[in-house]
Amino acid sequence: MMNRTVRVASPLRSYTGGAATVDAAGTTVSELLADLERRFPGMRFRMIDEQDRIRPHIRLYAGTREIHAITEAMENEPVLHLICALSGG
Amino acid sequence: MAELLWIGTRKGLFALRPDARRRTYRVSAPQFLGHTVHHVVQDPRDPKTLLMAAKTGHLGPTVFRSVDRGRSWKEASRPPAFRKAVDCEKARAVARVFWLTPGHRSEPGAWYAGTAPAGLFRSVDAGDSWEPVAGFNDHPMNPKWAAGLATPDGEFLHSILVDPRDARHLYIAISIGGVFESNDGGKDWTPINHGVEANFLPDDSAEFGHDPHRVEMHPVQPDRLYQQNHCGIYRLDRPARTWVRIGKAMPKTVGDIGFPIVLHPTDPDVAWVVPMDGTTVWPRTSVNGKPAIFQTRNGGRSWRRLARGLPPKDAWLTVLRQAMCRDARENPGLYFGTTAGEVWAGANGGEVWRRIAQHLPEIYSVTFAL
Repeated sequence: MMNRTVRVASPLRSYTGGAATVDAAGTTVSELLADLERRFPGMRFRMIDEQDRIRPHIRLYAGTREIHAITEAMENEPVLHLICALSGG
Repeated sequence: MAELLWIGTRKGLFALRPDARRRTYRVSAPQFLGHTVHHVVQDPRDPKTLLMAAKTGHLGPTVFRSVDRGRSWKEASRPPAFRKAVDCEKARAVARVFWLTPGHRSEPGAWYAGTAPAGLFRSVDAGDSWEPVAGFNDHPMNPKWAAGLATPDGEFLHSILVDPRDARHLYIAISIGGVFESNDGGKDWTPINHGVEANFLPDDSAEFGHDPHRVEMHPVQPDRLYQQNHCGIYRLDRPARTWVRIGKAMPKTVGDIGFPIVLHPTDPDVAWVVPMDGTTVWPRTSVNGKPAIFQTRNGGRSWRRLARGLPPKDAWLTVLRQAMCRDARENPGLYFGTTAGEVWAGANGGEVWRRIAQHLPEIYSVTFAL
């Protein structure tokens, strides 16, 4: 499976040991998230709920393409962005 | 071991530690700064263990565990989560873990969690992994009992009560949904709301759909329950099934609306409430800007106003349902936190009050620990 770069928003870096960028392998977003979960336990559930929906204040981008369902395939994008949508107070 | 208060806030966790004579309290540095902390509870069976229900504004809900009295924390390996939806059923997802209750003393490591939307979960490994309580979450009546008639802050399952005489005898409460009882360890449930008013429903004699704000079981007389409800203060002495509105004995100018209710550690006739304005659009602030705690010493037949030391006027405090507790003394100290970030302590059963912390974030939970 192709290795991708995953850019990690700051609220999730407690799982990656502070790393802003990590590598993950997968051809779909779901596979990438599974690889992240294997290496950083607990991280996936903070972004994806138990029905496999992206949580309300989380956004995922494959390159510049917004991901709406984790079943979507990664195309040629080398980077998956994990974004915490700016909101709240 | 020294006593302390755990303060769960909208922006993190704080500890308040008194000096030896409880004259001054020291506020700790925040832990989990930026996390929304709904509840922090010590395990009475293993006091080194604490569980904390938390999330952040952006990240999903979880539970953190400490086995060293709160010095370090580790996230649950499997936080509370509903089972995957099948076919056309509603796909529920936990938005918040709202409530934590240790299980029966005969079941070390057992805990219950209540969530928003209303769900009941159980752990048998001291909070590391959680399973849905299918008897409630998948009960055929669940879609009606937990119908999503949410309060402005959501629909919560809270006040999970375990009968100290029988691990299989449980009560839970839902805002909005009512109080429910199980006699078989959570396999089946029955609403128990008769006598409780629900003047916001089209049928105020409905079997369920009520809004309990907090329900408490007396620790040494577990057949006695007290309830602070959206529609008043109630008492229920089992095996009776009809709640009695003891809040009718409160002064009419004050009313009997609020969120918390706290019971005496040994005397089942003694309880404390924090009246808040429940008129018009339900401001939920101190009645007329004059904060007071009210105490009953006779099971609710009469109430005493306790306000010495509290601001005499122009103070519009809101105290949420988990934000009041007592310590374990025979004449207990009482403690409450406000949404404006103040913590107040009332010595000798609330006879004299003083502010012991201020400038904290919005307070959701105040719990006593040893």
